[in-house]
Amino acid sequence: MANTYTLIEAKTLGSAVAIVTFSSIPSTYADLLMKISTRGSVSGASLGYYYDVTFNGTSANRSGKYLEGTGSVANGSTYTLWGVNSPSDFTADTFSNGELYIPNYSSAAYKSAQLDSVNENNATASRAVFSVGLWSDTAAINSITLTMGGGNFVTNSTFYLYGISNS
Amino acid sequence: MAAGSTYTPIATTTLGSSSTDVEFNTISSAYTDLVLVIDGKDTTSTYSPYIQFNGDTTTNYSITNLYSTGSAAASSRSSSTSTPYLGSLGTSRGNMIIQIQNYANTTTYKTALVRINAADFRTYASVVLWRKSPEAINRVNIKMEASGNFATGSTFTLYGIAAA
Repeated sequence: MANTYTLIEAKTLGSAVAIVTFSSIPSTYADLLMKISTRGSVSGASLGYYYDVTFNGTSANRSGKYLEGTGSVANGSTYTLWGVNSPSDFTADTFSNGELYIPNYSSAAYKSAQLDSVNENNATASRAVFSVGLWSDTAAINSITLTMGGGNFVTNSTFYLYGISNS
Repeated sequence: MAAGSTYTPIATTTLGSSSTDVEFNTISSAYTDLVLVIDGKDTTSTYSPYIQFNGDTTTNYSITNLYSTGSAAASSRSSSTSTPYLGSLGTSRGNMIIQIQNYANTTTYKTALVRINAADFRTYASVVLWRKSPEAINRVNIKMEASGNFATGSTFTLYGIAAA
């Protein structure tokens, strides 16, 4: 049977970095899926609670919306594609998790992506976020960059990129 | 990661012209779960697509939506309906991922988890319940409300997920 769910690249951070990039992504699949587990080096107040996602090294032509639950309120707002990270002031050793899905990433149409992510904390504050991002560009996606809002992704954060075939 | 024998494309469709109805039929019961991935756009966000199983046009469906308009979070619900509206893909480009667990069993009602992502319209997280006397799902239709259409170039891919 055909291999339709293929690991393209895995990254486990051996040292803290602010930016993680998957580059030279082949265009041989139909969709892309990334599994993300992260923790940050700075507090939520220092913007360590989130990361941005960009394609092909550009932040142009992006738009999006999100739905967020914080444990006390539900919010809906406008932003580009983003995910939640576990900042340094969250319960020790807890990591966020997220799943990024990009259908038709190599097509000549605009690219619409979904990022569902959560963090958890043995305290009052935590987040669950459903984010959608539209990249209004017809180029095939050949790189994906995750950039911390503040500080770094810490050691042992993991990122797995899969290609999904539809035939 | 094991080879993809547990995540198998069943069928895929790319619209050559706008359409009000995309159907997957004679779905094998050989899998455990189904995942339907839609990427495309609607000709207008005024109208919403809805899901239908096994051609059941009766009021056996209910749906609960949680969504963001871009300025607020909101929730809505519809029960005993024949048209569980999922939310528009928008007119720029959006995607929809529908997960149907345990679709082939003949003992329980079926539920579907739905995520819809339209950056120029709304993002949704929804659940659909189908309460027809339990039967295996062998046909899935994604239909458009009223005079709406899925635009040319929209893609629809159905995957089967096997537990073993």
